[in-house]
Amino acid sequence: MDTSLFTRHDEYTWEIAPRSGMHVPAIIYADEPLVRAMDDKVYEQVTNVARLPGIVKASYAMPDAHWGYGFPIGGVAAFDPDAGGVVSAGGVGFDISCGVRCLHTGLGQGDVEPLKKRLVDALFDRIPCGVGRGGRIRLDAEEMDAMLTGGAQWAVEAGFGTRNDLERIEEQGRMEGASPEDVSAKAKHRQRDEMGTLGSGNHYLEVQRVAQIFDADAAAHFGLKAGDVVVSIHCGSRGLGHQIGTDYLRNMVVAAGQLGICLPDRELACAPIDSWIGQSYLGAMRAGINCALANRQIITHLTREVFTELFPDAQLALLYDVSHNTCKLEEHELGGRPRRLFVHRKGATRALGPGHPALPVGLRTIGQPVLIGGTMGTASYILVGTTESEQRAFSSACHGAGRAMSRHQATRQWRGREVVDELARRGILIRSPSLRGVAEEAPGAYKDVTAVVEAADQAGLARLVARLEPLITIKG
Amino acid sequence: MSGGDLATPGWEHFPHGADIGIRGIGETREASFEQAAMAMTAAMVDPRTVQPRIEVDVDVEAPDDELLLVDWLNALVYEMNTRLMLFSRFHVQILGYRLHGSAWGEPIDARRHQIAVEVKGVTYTALRLARDSDGLWRAECVVDV
Repeated sequence: MDTSLFTRHDEYTWEIAPRSGMHVPAIIYADEPLVRAMDDKVYEQVTNVARLPGIVKASYAMPDAHWGYGFPIGGVAAFDPDAGGVVSAGGVGFDISCGVRCLHTGLGQGDVEPLKKRLVDALFDRIPCGVGRGGRIRLDAEEMDAMLTGGAQWAVEAGFGTRNDLERIEEQGRMEGASPEDVSAKAKHRQRDEMGTLGSGNHYLEVQRVAQIFDADAAAHFGLKAGDVVVSIHCGSRGLGHQIGTDYLRNMVVAAGQLGICLPDRELACAPIDSWIGQSYLGAMRAGINCALANRQIITHLTREVFTELFPDAQLALLYDVSHNTCKLEEHELGGRPRRLFVHRKGATRALGPGHPALPVGLRTIGQPVLIGGTMGTASYILVGTTESEQRAFSSACHGAGRAMSRHQATRQWRGREVVDELARRGILIRSPSLRGVAEEAPGAYKDVTAVVEAADQAGLARLVARLEPLITIKG
Repeated sequence: MSGGDLATPGWEHFPHGADIGIRGIGETREASFEQAAMAMTAAMVDPRTVQPRIEVDVDVEAPDDELLLVDWLNALVYEMNTRLMLFSRFHVQILGYRLHGSAWGEPIDARRHQIAVEVKGVTYTALRLARDSDGLWRAECVVDV
């Protein structure tokens, strides 16, 4: 993007002042090379979001922002229900509550290396991934509704994991206000065989080593030290979430006229929060959040089964589970008083600072772990929420590297087998049902995740704690 | 796989950040819908590896042509997802704002089908259905993968 389009407030803050219908400014947090590399469409989308009714303060884009649909990926926007604010299905995305969960293993790299080959094969065998491979669990109608209301709490009660896991999941593992009756029969049908599955595309399960610690105090609070082995799981609400997104995107497009909403583009389809369709979407979307939380909980259980067979003493305690495609009702201070706002985070991670009441006791003094997924061959990062992030972007940070190149370009540049072999030479074992999928997800197809997290750190969105490097990747 | 700007009937992809743009080009509106469906299949898998041996029918209705295109493609996403099938041949009939479509394909076979991504849903981004000055219909949009 052309940097002359912005007013630059500091090295990492770029503002577009309100113009032609924008209710608030648009703000991008990134360093200059990241802004220059961003697609022009990010400018168009982040300013379009600023034109939606009831938006407050600013339309934000995180350092990993790229062209999405309606909202940019890496977009954050809050809406005031008392000022005609809207909820947008495109502002959450199809993969509702897609997110990252990180588990300690209690093992060191030295423990894992001798059994790495057996571990990768066992994980690939037991964790369903890719397209067309269902899970072991099939839910009937009654159980489906219980799962959609209960989330990870339902999963724990069904025998997947322990109660201790719940306090390390956003909303204690269960999103309030879910309404399974607002989820279509089609959405439920799509989910019938998909509980406990990773999916495809950029979703993965990785065994990683803690390669570097940046903040010893926060790392100690998180129970991390250099050389530790952790497991990271990146996936979402599967077919159910995808169909909820499909259903409500269409409902909102068709209803926009009736609801008196003038859209700059159909892809921005939204509905007033207090309208019937807005409320119905919120109920369905919250059910989608519960589905994603239950899904990651079941995958956690399957992962523990595998580890226990190879490492009988491994416990795999949950460090944290955080979603990056959501809309949540949160309290934020605005104009000197607390306001209840609907905060959309589309490809953006909530990053609560120290002292936030939503954090469990063990994390409250230090802040929330912010889990940033990287690419197969590079690194992932753990950051921690900061106090200043509240003022910067409603306590939000980036969510990943962001693509630098289209899937088509990637397949022309790399072959899946070569990517697998090259990573194996560097000690990273990949298993995937699709070599073409591996090529499309080649590390070089992504932006430099390190530049993204450094920008998030420097912009005050979250603070760097640890760098994780992959030992094993199960790629969907 | 085409790189873009096809001037003859067929299908192609166009780049979109993390997702994929699909474009179907045909002599008729119906043909462009069929080719768009081929482009969607090709986003997931090489369509030449999918045998068109089982027929699945879908019916959709929408208030305008562009929504009809999105609904047609989303109906196929649903059938692929719930039947665990892939499709490689399509036939579309449109009457007013009603579409009757047939898709031929086969169950997913992980050994033969290198599926790179699954289509999560069809978006309204870059959504366009038009008959261009060269007389060809183009049906296009971005699919989320």
